[in-house]
Amino acid sequence: MTNTPLQPERRIFLKAGAGLTLGMYIAPLSALASAPAQDFAPNAFVRVDPDGTVTVISKHIELGQGAFTGMATLIAEEMDADWNRIRIEAAPADRTRFTNLHLGSQGTGGSTSLANAYLQMRQAGATARAMLVAAAAAKWGIPATELKVAKGEVSDAGGRHKAGFGELAALAAQQPVPAKAELKRPEQFIFIGKKVPRKDSHAKSTGTAQYTQDVKLPGMLTAVVARPPRFGARVRSFDADRARGIKGVVGVVQAGDVVAVLGTGFWPAKQGRDLLQVEWDESQAVRVSSDTLMNQYRDLARAPGLKARADGDVDTALPALVRTVEATYDFPYLAHATMEPMNCVVRLSPGLCETWYGAQGHTTDQDALAAYLGLPPAQVRINTLYAGGSFGRRGNPKSDYVLEAAAIARAWAMQHEGQATVKLVWTREDDMQAGHYRPMYHHRLAGGVDASGKPVAWKQHVVGQSVVSTMPQYAMFVKGGIDPTTVEGSANLPYAIPHLRVEATTTDPGIPIQPWRSVGATHNAFATEVFLDELAVLGGQDPVSLRRELLAQHPRHRGVLELVAQQAGWEKPLARGKPGERRGRGIAVHESFHSYVAQVAEVTVKADGGFRVDRVVCAVDCGLAVNPDIVRAQMEGGIAYGLSAALYGEVTLKDGRVEQDNFDNYRVLRMAEMPAIEVHIVPSAEAPSGVGEPGTPVIAPALANALFAATGQRLRTLPLRSATLQPA
Amino acid sequence: MIRFTLNDKPAQVDVPGDMPLLWVLRDELDLTGTKFGCGKALCGACTVHLNDQPVRACVLPVSMAAGARVTTIEGLKTRAGKAVQAAWEKLDVAQCGYCQSGQVMAATALLSHNAKPTDADIDAAMGGLICRCGTYGRIRAAIHAAARALA
Repeated sequence: MTNTPLQPERRIFLKAGAGLTLGMYIAPLSALASAPAQDFAPNAFVRVDPDGTVTVISKHIELGQGAFTGMATLIAEEMDADWNRIRIEAAPADRTRFTNLHLGSQGTGGSTSLANAYLQMRQAGATARAMLVAAAAAKWGIPATELKVAKGEVSDAGGRHKAGFGELAALAAQQPVPAKAELKRPEQFIFIGKKVPRKDSHAKSTGTAQYTQDVKLPGMLTAVVARPPRFGARVRSFDADRARGIKGVVGVVQAGDVVAVLGTGFWPAKQGRDLLQVEWDESQAVRVSSDTLMNQYRDLARAPGLKARADGDVDTALPALVRTVEATYDFPYLAHATMEPMNCVVRLSPGLCETWYGAQGHTTDQDALAAYLGLPPAQVRINTLYAGGSFGRRGNPKSDYVLEAAAIARAWAMQHEGQATVKLVWTREDDMQAGHYRPMYHHRLAGGVDASGKPVAWKQHVVGQSVVSTMPQYAMFVKGGIDPTTVEGSANLPYAIPHLRVEATTTDPGIPIQPWRSVGATHNAFATEVFLDELAVLGGQDPVSLRRELLAQHPRHRGVLELVAQQAGWEKPLARGKPGERRGRGIAVHESFHSYVAQVAEVTVKADGGFRVDRVVCAVDCGLAVNPDIVRAQMEGGIAYGLSAALYGEVTLKDGRVEQDNFDNYRVLRMAEMPAIEVHIVPSAEAPSGVGEPGTPVIAPALANALFAATGQRLRTLPLRSATLQPA
Repeated sequence: MIRFTLNDKPAQVDVPGDMPLLWVLRDELDLTGTKFGCGKALCGACTVHLNDQPVRACVLPVSMAAGARVTTIEGLKTRAGKAVQAAWEKLDVAQCGYCQSGQVMAATALLSHNAKPTDADIDAAMGGLICRCGTYGRIRAAIHAAARALA
């Protein structure tokens, strides 16, 4: 054990002594009576301790996107709490209290955290405030309407009485819970819409933030696994004699399709894993190669697909046009490549499973663990820790890494009287080769412009795997055989083009896939925004003017378009480069997760075809920006993430083997390649929408359009290889 | 037994000499602020100081630390280190935060040797560290801010 108590253990302890907790479900009186009377827990999301500490219970994981700070901001706003006395605790898995109101299960995804919790958390805070005020009113014999609250203190107008939340907690717990507490009007906001400092910055700047990787429990073993060399391969047999000879290796178990070496720490377990001799049964293994798969996709795209949208009559209109263009766009598999490779801690004892990890799909994982272990879901406890990134990965719809940890723990527990405490740690190589990628896609487009240069026909066919098919819990979203994520951004193309058809063909090559930051938008934004640029060129139109015209019926798209064009100085010519350098800028606009983003990328292409992204101007309309600085951070990060994929991201398969395994052959953006980024937020009173994902898909098409502007060469295959740009 | 100075205090461990310093710190000495990211010195999440120089602990055999001074994020007490951390907090650099211990250690080493780094200096010193959340712009700004605070 470390010399300081572990955060998870401390959490459990605190929960046992909970004071005031407010939530959708009020703790039964008996529970309140048994809790220390001086605490106040008016609902599931707020607790006030006697010392005045306000604990916010976040149903959303903090994985970098700022959800903890966001939840706390909403509650602090309505409570008029003291920001410095707020702490945040991750909620346990409990669908009765902590369901994501947009997803229908407890989890964090689809850029929904702030959006789904916006009114719910404010209501929780307002309820707590009302009860604290009622307590003060009762204590002082003054009508509640004559009391005010500021910075965690209730006082009367006359200045005779003053009490902190802590002093009032016990009495507040005895007040009736108001059916509906009044919410503030926007002009009363003191936190919402302001730069409120992140709650996790200190811990993350000093190395004290606790991640799964950092968990240490009594008797815990570290498991490092040998994974199948191809998807679908099984363990035939293994020889662990040499592995067992490593000092610190405690045991070796087979758990499903992996063989796990258990050690007293990572290093012995890893050494043992490297010495394992595993014979794999590859009779059912997937042996596809990326290049042959893409060729199949190209053939499929030439044949008809299922119709996702059909406006007008493109089959008649398109051949009648004089000026037409055809284009295909190719997208590779992408790994999430979080900084913290996947890991999970599982402790099993008879009748109980406890876990510690960065849980993103709490109830999905809880149900999967319960089914696998034969336990009631309530006997599967999830302690959510900070995640070292996710970008979708930690919300694996099949609970892959969580079940793998449980399988190893169960195999060990079967040999040890039902007890096991295991931390599964994937190496970077395990993480990158374990699949669950953003799928490979192929888009085939054809379109044309009329005599005035205006696009009037658009035909598109998207071919690739269905992300939703991997998520049985969202199967109801599949309509007419079409996964909406496959065509999201294309089937709802906002541009006014009278003859428009979008088709989809779903493939199933057996490669595990899952959502990746912005899901369908990752490829649809590129195909549509680059193709629109191609049509603009064909029709001799300015890319901004054309979009402005075609988006006449879409004011929020228009809003970000105008803002980004203005801030980027689109009307002025781009400054020239040094002799031999070609410069260009490109624009892209895309809506995803109900947020609207437009970006202008400026590039400099050197004589040899190498290029750098100098500057990105970004405009975002995410409704009311609850924390503008976090909105900016998510746009910056989303652009960097999208730029990594645009410049380098590519997982390739050769005869079923993944060819990348670490950051040397799966390159990502580094410091020197980070462009200057300016983020501009559209002022809005609309309900908040997400910002975690929508910044990502826009940069690649903006960049490709910029490269075209600079060189006249159209790159249609991701990643955008500088080597394919011809020298000047 | 391998002996070295860890965060200004004597430390000794009874482990194989080829065990990477990272796992000695994390699993033997319970200092988990230093992170595991790639195991091949490709990402920099494990950056610590060995005699004030930034090194990647995931590939450094602990035998190489024998007799040396090792500083981890837990023991970062220098004026430069404190300025870097203060700037990190002020600018809300961290998102997921997993890489930031390494970033803070690398930035501190840079400022310890170069009081007023240029953007090119920052690129060179920080180029071996990956941040998947894309906080590079804020890291750059925070290093400049820390340099100003130290001036």
